[in-house]
Amino acid sequence: MNARPAPETAAARQPRRAGGPQPLLLGVRHHGPGSARSVRIALDHHRPPAVLVEGPPEADGLLPLAVEEDMRPPVALLAHVAGDPARAAFWPFAEFSPEWVAIRWAVERKVPVRFIDLPAANSLALQDECGAEREERRCRHGDGEPGEAEQEGQQPSAALRLDPVGALAEAAGYDDPERWWEDAVEHRAGGPAEPGETFAAIGEAMAELRAVHGDGGHDHDPLREAHMRLKLRAALKEFGDGVAVVCGAWHVPALTAPTTATADRQLLKGLPKARAELTWVPWTHRRLARHSGYGAGIHSPGWYGHLYNAPDRPVERWMTKVAGLLRAEDHPVSSAHVIEAVRLAGTLAAMRGRPLAGLVEATDAVRAVMCEGSDVPLALVHERLVVGDALGDVPDSAPAVPLQRDLTRLQRSLRLKPAAEARDVELDLRKDTDAARSRLLHRLRLLRIGWGRQTRSRVGTGTFRETWRLGWEPELSVRVAEAGVWGTTVASAATAKAESDAMAARRLPDVTGLAEDCLLAGLPDALSLVMRVLADRAALDTDVGHLAEALPALVRSARYGDVRGSDAGALAEVATAVAERVFVGLPPAVVGLDADGAAGMRRHLDAVHTAVGLLDRSAAHPHSGPDGQGRSGGSGGTEGSGPAAREPVGPGTPARTGADGGGLRDRWARVLHTLVAGEQVPGPIRGRAARLLLDDERLDHDAAARLMGLVLSPGTPPDRAAAWIEGFVGGGAGGGMLLVHDTRLLALLDAWLTAVPADAFTDVLPLLRRTFSAYEAGVRRTLGELVRRGPTAGGRAHTAATAAGAPGYGPGLDAERASAVRPTVHRLLGLGTDLDKDDHRMAGAVG
Amino acid sequence: MTTTATTAGEALRPHAEEAFAEELKALAAADDRPRPASWRLSPWAVATYLLGGALPDGTVITPKYVGPRRIVEVAVTTLATDRALLLLGVPGTAKTWVSEHLAAAVSGDSTLLVQGTAGTPEEAIRYGWNYAQLLAHGPSRDALVPSPVMRAMAEGMTARVEELTRIPADVQDTLITVLSEKTLPIPELGQEVQAVRGFNLIATANDRDRGVNELSSALRRRFNTVVLPLPATPEAEVGIVGQRVDQLGRSLDLPSGADGAAEIRRVVTVFRELRGGVTCDGRTKLKSPSGTLSTAEAISVVTNGLALAAHFGDGVLRPSDVAAGILGAVVRDPVADRVVWQEYLETVVREREGWKDFYRACREVSA
Repeated sequence: MNARPAPETAAARQPRRAGGPQPLLLGVRHHGPGSARSVRIALDHHRPPAVLVEGPPEADGLLPLAVEEDMRPPVALLAHVAGDPARAAFWPFAEFSPEWVAIRWAVERKVPVRFIDLPAANSLALQDECGAEREERRCRHGDGEPGEAEQEGQQPSAALRLDPVGALAEAAGYDDPERWWEDAVEHRAGGPAEPGETFAAIGEAMAELRAVHGDGGHDHDPLREAHMRLKLRAALKEFGDGVAVVCGAWHVPALTAPTTATADRQLLKGLPKARAELTWVPWTHRRLARHSGYGAGIHSPGWYGHLYNAPDRPVERWMTKVAGLLRAEDHPVSSAHVIEAVRLAGTLAAMRGRPLAGLVEATDAVRAVMCEGSDVPLALVHERLVVGDALGDVPDSAPAVPLQRDLTRLQRSLRLKPAAEARDVELDLRKDTDAARSRLLHRLRLLRIGWGRQTRSRVGTGTFRETWRLGWEPELSVRVAEAGVWGTTVASAATAKAESDAMAARRLPDVTGLAEDCLLAGLPDALSLVMRVLADRAALDTDVGHLAEALPALVRSARYGDVRGSDAGALAEVATAVAERVFVGLPPAVVGLDADGAAGMRRHLDAVHTAVGLLDRSAAHPHSGPDGQGRSGGSGGTEGSGPAAREPVGPGTPARTGADGGGLRDRWARVLHTLVAGEQVPGPIRGRAARLLLDDERLDHDAAARLMGLVLSPGTPPDRAAAWIEGFVGGGAGGGMLLVHDTRLLALLDAWLTAVPADAFTDVLPLLRRTFSAYEAGVRRTLGELVRRGPTAGGRAHTAATAAGAPGYGPGLDAERASAVRPTVHRLLGLGTDLDKDDHRMAGAVG
Repeated sequence: MTTTATTAGEALRPHAEEAFAEELKALAAADDRPRPASWRLSPWAVATYLLGGALPDGTVITPKYVGPRRIVEVAVTTLATDRALLLLGVPGTAKTWVSEHLAAAVSGDSTLLVQGTAGTPEEAIRYGWNYAQLLAHGPSRDALVPSPVMRAMAEGMTARVEELTRIPADVQDTLITVLSEKTLPIPELGQEVQAVRGFNLIATANDRDRGVNELSSALRRRFNTVVLPLPATPEAEVGIVGQRVDQLGRSLDLPSGADGAAEIRRVVTVFRELRGGVTCDGRTKLKSPSGTLSTAEAISVVTNGLALAAHFGDGVLRPSDVAAGILGAVVRDPVADRVVWQEYLETVVREREGWKDFYRACREVSA
């Protein structure tokens, strides 16, 4: 075997330095599948004695893990400052990353492999020094190199830096640097040409660029390259000729720059240092894509993975994959479609003057041939294939993830020890420590780390109290490790998880619950996205039931936010919008419902009523103005304390009718009025709406009596009337009390009941029984007594109130019964025991 | 086909290949790229003809289609393969226009046209008979009246079918043999017409009209589909609406819509927002109504409003003049669309700065 390359094939070693051992410089584009393939071919061809890779040298010890069976890319090297996992940097690797290929090649063949970039200890410290650049340093993999161009637009400070590939592409007449690189390198590499040529050519091009642009504004590059040179010199001394270096193409010219070791060492002197800890963490394709967090800046990891893995005919294989995906989703795609798509992609590429169909051509062809011009199935293709949902895995032997460390730190500082046996913890949220504990537990719950389970409080029910049952199971450690993919600290991980959950949630109530969780867990960053998703879902949901279901939780969250002092303004805004949608959608939605549907909608009606009452008070609505405080909260009627306790607003005085339709509660009242008047609306809902209006003083008793009279008049079928009654006075004590206090209503009911024909009576009986059996025993008894006293009481009750005492009771006093309580009343009034003397005064008072 | 208006100067609307003969000639002269069989220009030159550009000799090619380059490239490339091209889009997205210019650039003839209607017979796609000839001399090629599709096949030209989905399904399916076997049998004569290289077919169809004849999947898979989008930006759409309203207004002797620019913008905004299902600031999602809400409808709403303002108002386009028209365009389904519209009014219009009058006018007509 001839490990020594023939001189003419060693083109990659340009430019030569006089004498001394020469390195094999492999300048790559990070995450470029073509580069990866070329690197593999070059390594196989040259068989270097050692491989050097751009990356933090502290991770050298972790490299053997790369070939372990459980190691499955995409993974990332994570470096973080010891004790502060939030200060972290990532080096993601995909299966098709040239660095990954080089590492695996070396480890598998027991060839020494080393990282040569600036140590993470220094780069993390540097990152802190320039705080403004901190964010950008996080996504530092491949600074200023191909693939990172896309991120630069987002970071103003980076906008001035040179994009080397962009400059080359512009020189070649391409508007898109990515495409130029693909055409010039990725699609050419692996061809018949000797692999070294490509690398040499790229090296030369970069040298030209750097001759013009210097370091291109990449401020830490001189430091990094000085370090790389030092490491390279050491390796050449140790292993001799032909040491392979896999690094970003941009750095290639710098590695051969004629500098002295002393100068390099001088440059690196006195760099700030932080104690760094490194480990492997699982990564996902989605995060490699540019539009998420620590993106590596590649749009289409799935496509790259495909290019790397496809042994030949990449476009044909890609189309077959797409067809398979579409078929699995019941989209009819035949082999003929695949053939035509491949042909169209090829012709398009030829017309656009590209050597081979790329992703753009493939996508255009898929859209025109397989998706019938529609972008909807295409979105699926993008999601599943172009980006892909590959999830990496790291072996158990990898060092603990920083999330675990952060959790341990929090557990210590909050004095919450993980213990196996279950115990209950009472938290008083008014205390800072307890509030922090609560937030931690809620965050862990969001991350599906079920350490604590919230239970019903034994000591009272204030919103400031929480009870948790804690129990640490061993498998929770595994959960923590899994959750490590979401972030390095509990807070950041929970934020990322909540955002991801929100995007994935299908049903509106799920998102609402999530919003509540975000508030409880104190995740304001996640909340804004959750709110956006929530507003979107609410806008597109056509089921008023879903909206009505979501509203109470939303309003609760909005109010809860107030308690916690977090900003719930956005929440109230969304809740108001949802309420508006319910108002608009409810009247058409209740028409023609069956009995079960009506019962469900009635519950929604109650829930919305309560929520609207709370919302109008809590939201700082411009319309609620000065009289907002005087309004009594609509308490949903069921636990209402009777109309007498309410401040009289009077019927039909919505007070604020402008062009914009008044406050939220006024608009809700108008909706209820519509329901009450709707002939097509099922009885329980009409009755319930009337009742809610009555309780809210939006309907006076005369109007209620008139409504009831209409419904109970002979023209209405008895079953419908009974349903109305169920809605109006059903549902617990409130309804019963209403009948006790307003005997006119009772009299109407009584008269109707006695007039129900015998054959219809058996039909309405179950409904009535359901309505009245829910009353408390005392109420039932009172009602019975009132009815036994006869209908005469009702007719003149209201007008004769002053003479007759209370409505519904017979005229005058029952002297015998009254005298039984007289002594007690006397004592209460402090009048002594001389009953006779005060008789006339008492009579007056009672009258 | 013989044209009755013999000279181009007399025709009310000359064909594309006549109107842009100069440009086509210049392109053909400058075009040195390979041309598919029977094509007058290379695919690149056809794309340039549609999208516009400047030639090395200084000739300026006017853009015929203003829209994404990708769409034109895919359309031209499709014609270069042997698959047929289906242009989809809501009314008013220049489907017919693009199809005419493609045919003119590729074959130099845009007149081989079948207009699809509910009454289009099979003869319009295959062939008919000259019955006088048929009775006098019996069946022969002389008695045969070829359809535009048949002529295109025989001469290697581009045929066009307008409104494909309006043609009854059984008639549509006669295209299957034409497109897959590239042959048209004439059983009466025991003959067939085989397509010459260069033959292809461009069909247009409206993808928002429901209740039309959906293409059978067998026919559908013979086509590559390109969806022509609605105007991408509000400015473009406002421009189109304003211009068309002006033209229409002049022919109806209505006052110019210039003073109603704000109202035109508002109508376009409402249409775009409801159509797109999201507000212009991208912050609020909306439900979309069942209607098309195309640019063409926006034009008619504004024209209507102008007529109202001119004849019954003070001549200035006001919110109340367009409110009823918008309501009519949006609410097609009396239940579902009304909910959509009311939601839009309450959640978007009511809060919007400067839209108070419009909100009031809409509430008045909606009540």
